[in-house]
Amino acid sequence: MSQPLTKKIEDRYYDEIRVRENEDGSELSILNLGPTHPATHGIFQNVLLMDGERIVDAESTVGYIHRAFEKIAENRPFYQITPLTDRMNYCSSPINNMGWWLTVEKLLNIEIPKRVQYMRVIVMELARIADHLICNSILGVDSGAFTGFLHIFTYREHIYEIFEEISGARLTTNMGRIGGFERDWSDAAWAKIHKFMAEFPDAWEEFDRLLTRNTIFMNRCLNVGPLSVEKALQYGFTGPNLRAAGVDYDVRVAQPYCSYEDFEFNIPVGKTGDTYDRYMVRQQEVRESLKIIRQAIAKMPKEGGYHADVPDYYLPPKQDVYNNMEALIYHFKIVMGEIPVPKGEVYSCVEGGNGELGFYLVSDGSRVPFRLHFRRPCFIYYQYYTEMIKGGYLSDAILILSSLNVIAGELDA
Amino acid sequence: MLTKEELIEKLTARYGESIRVDEDSLDLPAVIIDRAKAHDLVKYLRDELGFNFLTTLCGMHYADNAPEQQFGVVYHIHNWIENVRLRIKTFLPADNVAVDTMSDLYASANWQERETYDFYGIDFKGHPDLRRILNMDEMESFPMRKEFPMEDPGRTDKDDRYFGRVPQTNNVPNNELR
Repeated sequence: MSQPLTKKIEDRYYDEIRVRENEDGSELSILNLGPTHPATHGIFQNVLLMDGERIVDAESTVGYIHRAFEKIAENRPFYQITPLTDRMNYCSSPINNMGWWLTVEKLLNIEIPKRVQYMRVIVMELARIADHLICNSILGVDSGAFTGFLHIFTYREHIYEIFEEISGARLTTNMGRIGGFERDWSDAAWAKIHKFMAEFPDAWEEFDRLLTRNTIFMNRCLNVGPLSVEKALQYGFTGPNLRAAGVDYDVRVAQPYCSYEDFEFNIPVGKTGDTYDRYMVRQQEVRESLKIIRQAIAKMPKEGGYHADVPDYYLPPKQDVYNNMEALIYHFKIVMGEIPVPKGEVYSCVEGGNGELGFYLVSDGSRVPFRLHFRRPCFIYYQYYTEMIKGGYLSDAILILSSLNVIAGELDA
Repeated sequence: MLTKEELIEKLTARYGESIRVDEDSLDLPAVIIDRAKAHDLVKYLRDELGFNFLTTLCGMHYADNAPEQQFGVVYHIHNWIENVRLRIKTFLPADNVAVDTMSDLYASANWQERETYDFYGIDFKGHPDLRRILNMDEMESFPMRKEFPMEDPGRTDKDDRYFGRVPQTNNVPNNELR
């Protein structure tokens, strides 16, 4: 069964260098980009065969921060799996959390009140803004424009403060429960959301003015790493990168979850799928997200509470756990995963920061999943990265990596 | 419009005995196909029925099943035009854990099959570059198989019998390992 160890990448490249030298006297060299490199923003290793500044061939190695989430998930009750999802796409962990709760709720067949759905939409869109904000501002940094990043990063902080107010955590939020949220949003949380909604749109337009029509930035990004529709579909691209290539596939519209059908918004699409298009799509998606949040706040029902009425799955209030025997028993049972779970298989997906984030959950009726497979969009489309950078300049390879928004945690899971 | 019933009907008409409906699925239409026909089925779905997108692919290890059905590969494919998803499952015997590769149909299967090989040791016939991807090359085991316990086998606090249940056999119970 075991395969013979394939030849090391470097050795293969050494052979090629020798062959090419004898052929036409060209002097190729090997460059090891990563695993840790300040410009790759994460643990990515790419071994590049270079001809001067041009990349002749490339091979990527992944798995440096593999943490065996799928194996761990097979040994954890549902409530202990959210922290694992946090750590996949850590730039927008609330989307992962909500995606996981939606999967569980689909398996358990739980109806969610409208108010909770709208709250989830707000959280998810805030997370999407944080995700795109980081991606686009870092793209600016990689092309030499530091100002925009420094300026707009304040607003990521504001988003994290909102998350902190809602869930108590900033980056790895571990937000929500089966059926809703752990507590109702405080007045402070709402105040922060309103403040953010009042200030951020202007700041975003300012950031847009700094970068979008900047000649240097445009020269660096236009026609760099173009992506055709055929290749995008073949290689399983989803999310903003696919939409930049010109396909209007968005899970929020194709299979609406959390009442996304109640909101008016557009799906921005690009044309050539190059770095500039990817930037523009994200830029526009932030505006659409703001639109969705505004509508969700306006339409938010007064009634409905902050969780579904499912005492079998929803943790009882802490007050009762300390003072009430029944609640203590329920608390213990739910935390230990002693909850009635049907047998069966579900696939549920949400539109993550980078594309279709899917959860394939197989339950055999026991307290832990029999199998949980994460469809991680980064992992699937990162395999095309080496193809995209071949023939281009090294400095473009860095830009393409940033504009694809490959998140190491999601890549390796 | 391609409805669930039509889809299943078409597939049953074409594959007859080799295909059956997967009853475990709670949401998507799902079929179980003989592994010899799996590649042909996916090719037919892609070329004739417009399933243009391989959403995901993953391995399974059914430790409780008979040796002929020990392993499995599950494909989720998606027709974006009609917005229909389909789950395809195929079982593989323990003594010959192999199935045809889908990487010639969908390029995105390449790394996903490498991942499945890495964790389950499933051999994808015809794969251009089947080697480990997330784990180190020197590793000898296939860690997602159920016989590999995750936690310290000495732990007793999570034993299912304390909760009035029969010990799980799928996730090898802790006590058996002691």
